[in-house]
Amino acid sequence: MSNGDRAASTAAGGQGGNRKVGEPVSYKPGLGMAYELSHLGALEAEAIHIIREVAAEFERPGLLFSGGKDSIVMLRLAEKAFWPQRLPFPVVHIDTGHNFPEVMEFRDRRVAEMSIRLVVGSVQDAIDAGRVVEERGPRASRNRLQTTVLLDTIQQHAFDAVFGGARRDEERARAKERIYSFRDEFGQWDPKQQRPELWNLYNGRHRKGEHIRVFPLSNWTELDIWQYLAQEQLEIPSVYYAHRREVFQRDGMLMATSPFLEQLEGEEPFEATVRFRTIGDMTCTAAVASEAADVETIVAEIAATRITERGASRADDRTSDAAMEDRKREGYF
Amino acid sequence: MELLRFATVGSVDDGKSTLIGRLLYDSKSILQDAWDAMERTSKSRGDEYVNLALLTDGLRAEREQGITIDVAYRYFATPKRKFIIADTPGHIQYTRNMVTGASTADLALILIDAREGMVEQSRRHAFISSLLGIPHLVVCVNKMDLVDYDRAVFDRIKAEFTAFASRLQVTDVTFVPISALKGDNVVDRSEHMPWYQGPTLMHHLEEVHIASDDNYIDVRFPVQYVIRPQSSDYPDYRGYAGTVAGGVLRPGDDVVVLPSGFSTRVAGIDTCDGPVREAFPPMSVIVRLEDDLDVSRGDMICRPQNRPTASHDVEAMVCWMSEDTELAPGRRYSLKHTTRSVRTVVQDIRYRIDVNTLHRDLGVEGLKLNEIGRIHLRTTAPLFFDEYRRNRLTGSFILVDEATNNTVGAGMILHPTD
Repeated sequence: MSNGDRAASTAAGGQGGNRKVGEPVSYKPGLGMAYELSHLGALEAEAIHIIREVAAEFERPGLLFSGGKDSIVMLRLAEKAFWPQRLPFPVVHIDTGHNFPEVMEFRDRRVAEMSIRLVVGSVQDAIDAGRVVEERGPRASRNRLQTTVLLDTIQQHAFDAVFGGARRDEERARAKERIYSFRDEFGQWDPKQQRPELWNLYNGRHRKGEHIRVFPLSNWTELDIWQYLAQEQLEIPSVYYAHRREVFQRDGMLMATSPFLEQLEGEEPFEATVRFRTIGDMTCTAAVASEAADVETIVAEIAATRITERGASRADDRTSDAAMEDRKREGYF
Repeated sequence: MELLRFATVGSVDDGKSTLIGRLLYDSKSILQDAWDAMERTSKSRGDEYVNLALLTDGLRAEREQGITIDVAYRYFATPKRKFIIADTPGHIQYTRNMVTGASTADLALILIDAREGMVEQSRRHAFISSLLGIPHLVVCVNKMDLVDYDRAVFDRIKAEFTAFASRLQVTDVTFVPISALKGDNVVDRSEHMPWYQGPTLMHHLEEVHIASDDNYIDVRFPVQYVIRPQSSDYPDYRGYAGTVAGGVLRPGDDVVVLPSGFSTRVAGIDTCDGPVREAFPPMSVIVRLEDDLDVSRGDMICRPQNRPTASHDVEAMVCWMSEDTELAPGRRYSLKHTTRSVRTVVQDIRYRIDVNTLHRDLGVEGLKLNEIGRIHLRTTAPLFFDEYRRNRLTGSFILVDEATNNTVGAGMILHPTD
């Protein structure tokens, strides 16, 4: 399909990934008007509606952008929501100082390309200032420290709405969370006091000091994200693709060797072909053995996988049945 | 590939979790590590089978109490469709959660235990599905294995439900005899019920025609956000961003903007991916108008010969959702309808409906948590609405308590008050 055809919204378009968003899946003249969006088109329309609604009703939104795949999709959707205008809000990154260098480089480049403002909340600065205390030992992670820095950043910049890329299919506490997730002045989530959320009518009312976390990707699955990245031909950090890397085995997972992660006895490093299915801190994000070197192969790999994204790669969720619920109550992403 | 959103209604006793587990498991949507975790927890609690409810009961309180409290969203796909399940609790004390899950559903899946037959709860579920305007109902008569796959049992429940549904505004009901535990007629056709010639549940979910469910007749475009780049590339660009709530909008169409009433034409319909020749629900687009008018958020763009009702006074069915306060005449709320927020005062409660019997209780002084009634509201500014039956997006509203900021009511508009 040529570029010129993209605008023809009622053309009985090609199949699957070739179709641009906004074109109906089928048009059946004999049946009168039978318009439908593809599933990605419907999810995209829903997300854009939510993003615009927040921009219209809140004074100071911010969009969490880590350089990970979900936040790349978020940023693209926000770009689409306001085109041809620039983003009417800054992007925010909570930098643990333990990120993949490839991802940081990607973050800075993307922000420069879009000429948007980047707000960084630094965990290292918070440690240096004595706001938080660094965990010690080979299993130390800055994951939990992010919560304090996130809440400090929200307060410092007086954000009243913060977009996040969380999805309900990631984890079962998330499956219960609203698209507009109300947070009190301590940033806490109370699963028992959630506001009913009906139709496409979102209630963003809040008092000063309170804020709303907004999750426009709530209804997207991991596969949807990858299909969308492919459809939109979005650039992603190189660590998502298969590459050679020095890793070691811990708790059945492959961890990248890095200055941030101390190895225990018997954890011998070796080289392997891996990729990252999720990107968080180098201390708690595991790699998966994979040869997938392009988006199409990754889509096929995700479609066939038998292990969840978090189960495969996130050490932080393995603590207990309610690890995520507990962290969310404290104000986590 | 199309997206189908459906709500499942029922309680643990009806085998709802087992059914969802079956749909997810048979479509390979429960992944191995999630299954292993469930198996571990089930074993540690001494359950005989792997307890599929653990999959959907995501909160600590739910797992501890063994109940579903809140709506849980689940996702699965087959080669034909993507599905979003809003798994809603069936008990009367969680009616508001069912209403929430049902508000965006294209289809409701109601479970009936074959041994129990049509019970009070089934009638309530059918009523709420009808009230929320869900276009398609599927009644799964479950646990057929426990009634020897007896056709007479199925036929009796079907007749009883059909008789009750005739009192509701339900257009499309499908009945499927199943055993969620054994898998009969869920994904694979049952060998035990040769007398049943209809589709399996999964087949029906994959094939049910949903493409005509949105309103493609009455053009309704609530303005959500004004796009004005004021940049050197787009110095004079002015577009109105929003989600099409009804009808099909095309460049060149004559339109009128409410409340001002100014007439103009659609100059173009834009998206970041390029202009489109048609915009239809639920597309998010930018509409440009030929004339430079004062248009802002909350305004409604429609066709001159097909306008929504404009009124300060509306009659509506309301489901009350507040634990702390009652809805009562004289109370004031903030009301959000499309992209428009206004203040409103309750003029009158016409009646409360008994959700189990459909009986109308007159002379009611207030509506409590989970109660549903018909009310008359007056608003400070006019609303531009359609009957909820005709358009779920322009016929719905929420009520917000201005003291607590909580969402306390869900409303479905019937018509303007005379």
